[in-house]
Amino acid sequence: MSGVTKIFPGVKALSDVSLELYAGQVTALVGENGAGKSTVVKILTGIHQPDAGTLVLDEQARTLATPHDAADAGITAIHQETVLFDELSVAENIYIGHAPRGRLGLVDWEQLYRLSDELLQRMGASFDARVKLRDLGIANKHLVAIARALSIDARVVVMDEPTAALSHKEIEELYLLVERLRDDGKAILFISHKFDEIFRIADRYTVFRDGEMAGSGLISETDPDALVAMMVGRSVESVFPPQTSSPGEVIMRVKGYSHPTEFDDISFELRRGEILGFYGLVGAGRSECMQSLFGITRPSTGVLEIDGVTLTPSSPADAIARGLVYVPEDRGRQGAITALGIVDNVALPSLRKTSSRGFVQVAEEFALAREYTQRLELRAASLDQHVGELSGGNQQKVVIAKWLATRPLVIILDEPTKGIDIGSKAAVHAFMRELTAQGLAVIMVSSEIPEILGMSDRIIVMREGRRVAEFTREQASPEHLVRAAAGIGEAA
Amino acid sequence: MTNPSTDGLDDGQRMGHAAQGAAPGSVRVIPDRMRSRFKRIVGSWEALLLLVGLMIFLLNAQASPYFLDPWNLSDATFNFTEKAMIAFAMALVIISGEIDLSVASIIALVSTSMGFAVQLGADTPVLIAVALVIGMLCGAFNGVLVALLGLPSIVVTIGTLSLFRGIAYIILGDKAYAGYPASFAWFGQGYVWWVITVELVLFMIIALFFYILLHRTSFGRAVFAIGNNPTAALFSGIRVPRVKFILFVLTGLLSAIAAICLTSRLGSTRPSIAVGWELEIVTMVVLGGVNILGGSGTIAGVLIAALVMGMVTFGLGLLNVPGIVMSIFVGLLLIGVIALPIVFRRLGNRRKAVVPG
Repeated sequence: MSGVTKIFPGVKALSDVSLELYAGQVTALVGENGAGKSTVVKILTGIHQPDAGTLVLDEQARTLATPHDAADAGITAIHQETVLFDELSVAENIYIGHAPRGRLGLVDWEQLYRLSDELLQRMGASFDARVKLRDLGIANKHLVAIARALSIDARVVVMDEPTAALSHKEIEELYLLVERLRDDGKAILFISHKFDEIFRIADRYTVFRDGEMAGSGLISETDPDALVAMMVGRSVESVFPPQTSSPGEVIMRVKGYSHPTEFDDISFELRRGEILGFYGLVGAGRSECMQSLFGITRPSTGVLEIDGVTLTPSSPADAIARGLVYVPEDRGRQGAITALGIVDNVALPSLRKTSSRGFVQVAEEFALAREYTQRLELRAASLDQHVGELSGGNQQKVVIAKWLATRPLVIILDEPTKGIDIGSKAAVHAFMRELTAQGLAVIMVSSEIPEILGMSDRIIVMREGRRVAEFTREQASPEHLVRAAAGIGEAA
Repeated sequence: MTNPSTDGLDDGQRMGHAAQGAAPGSVRVIPDRMRSRFKRIVGSWEALLLLVGLMIFLLNAQASPYFLDPWNLSDATFNFTEKAMIAFAMALVIISGEIDLSVASIIALVSTSMGFAVQLGADTPVLIAVALVIGMLCGAFNGVLVALLGLPSIVVTIGTLSLFRGIAYIILGDKAYAGYPASFAWFGQGYVWWVITVELVLFMIIALFFYILLHRTSFGRAVFAIGNNPTAALFSGIRVPRVKFILFVLTGLLSAIAAICLTSRLGSTRPSIAVGWELEIVTMVVLGGVNILGGSGTIAGVLIAALVMGMVTFGLGLLNVPGIVMSIFVGLLLIGVIALPIVFRRLGNRRKAVVPG
């Protein structure tokens, strides 16, 4: 495709970008969130139409008006979160929409299972085509999605961050598959945030920045630093902003917080202007403990004290009223109401402040949204734009803005930079420093060791619902954290 | 109390406001709104519905010489006033992502209770009190099951649909209560001025009340938030169970008010009173542009939908169309009005896709 421009209301998502895919080669598409990668995927799969530009497939100009057209043209996409049907069998998932038909137009089940098993075998899958999809792990679900791509004899395969949810071993298996597809002569577009991945698997690269072309070429002729420079348009020096203030007096005390199944006897103190990191493996009970402090679930025992007032929040409304807020990990489901405007989202927890005796004051709501989105340098077409139309990084900014607008004393950030691009990450980190400098206390739950080490003043490690270790910034090292989190020896 | 610009929504003014607040050059200014207020209204579902309503009005006036008679029109308002009172409350329930199918049965139970009270010699003020209390109790019963126990409202209210009317049948059997006091007739048969009925005035007051509640209060904001994403609403400090409970009690209360009007108008109570109204009420709400899946809708839309449905039934009645045909017509109207804009949008997309930019 060349010269493609896509304009969404008020925002130019793509501006005169070109992308070339070659049969038998893997092309990596690189760019920050919001750079226009997903828009390209949607244009290639017929979900969106470009406002200008052409798409040429095998020297033939094409218009992809619907997803069906795209499938006919031999273009298929494997998405980050696979769109498959849990309750159907593997074979049905592979062939849904183009199942082999027998007489009378009924599905030829034997043929269906035979073809599916052949496909799976060719891919080296270890499961049967009759298994229900929900009985498979995420990696095997990806295999099914790829099998589906092969079944329609696709010539162009688009993979949108396929490794995001996979373990290390599963990623290796995926690489083998990608290589097999490549050797079969497919043209592959591989979208990823991870540089090691790109250099492992791709032959070529194309970099987008803010919806424009930033560069393209052969992987063998570039290096990670050059790619990063292209992505951000500047060189990235120190990743984490330095600490500028020192913690003040204790603002929050937690004593003996326990829950029958999720966590046990959690106690800690938090000071003004401090960033307290919570590290642990997935399932260590960190998020559950934080949500309990926020009043989502009730603890069985435990005392919470904020700014000298003792309370056990029974709902988030209680916690917010006392100045404790929580930015959840699951942005789309818990953090933002994606079908409502930015202004509605930002004003929601502050309704008491922006209303007078229960009556809302629209001007106040806009003023609040304007102030906090500007502080976070949000990018949006207008304040009534739906949050779902924003990129991941900008959605996170809206969620953080909505909580800051309540003027909290303590803010809990649960995986604040998960799934957002380098630029937004840096902005969030810098903003955290700014907040602590103003005396706000921050709890940061994170599974990224560099982030924990780079940002925290103190670090608490949890394992299986218990607090197993605490380090100061100076004491902590990656080895300490990993050992404590995994329970190898006695790290503390 | 209310900031004057709250109502004005003058976009140009507010954009200027935004530009003032920003440091020149350094901060990116995001405009408040993408489209002007005029464009939002012209492109809205409510505007289209109003157009359909006007067309039906003109058609009716053409089809029958009796249609434009003020007294006939006044009578025609009874076709929708009682149902629409409940529809406003129902709109909020549906926007919050729930539904209440027990409303017609609440009418039956409330009406029966009033009839029972009359037998004990109750006077009009007592009757009103009985009605409102019973209605709110029914709503609270639904509310406890849905909001506090977290049961799905469609199941709960199908259950109470049978339950409430069942109780009415037990109290009343297949008899009827009559003998309501003369002063009680004022609600369903009285006139405020010339052809303006008490019911119509009550209906307008209720419409205004719900308009303010949904579009001008923080309670209304909470209703929209819950309907769009109950989890995120809870995480944002909205007391979700409390809001839902209030909505069901409110629906019970409005069902009671409708029951007072209906009973007063008919002058008697049978346990089969208002059978099937819940579906007409839900139809009215959906026709008014409220998303049946929750999250969006306006009171203006429901108001216009009530007028449209009232006019359609009245017009067809004047033409002596039998009731069965009428219900077929209303069904087709609903499907047609909902399908048309969607079909047009699809066609538009296709055309855009075929012609390359």
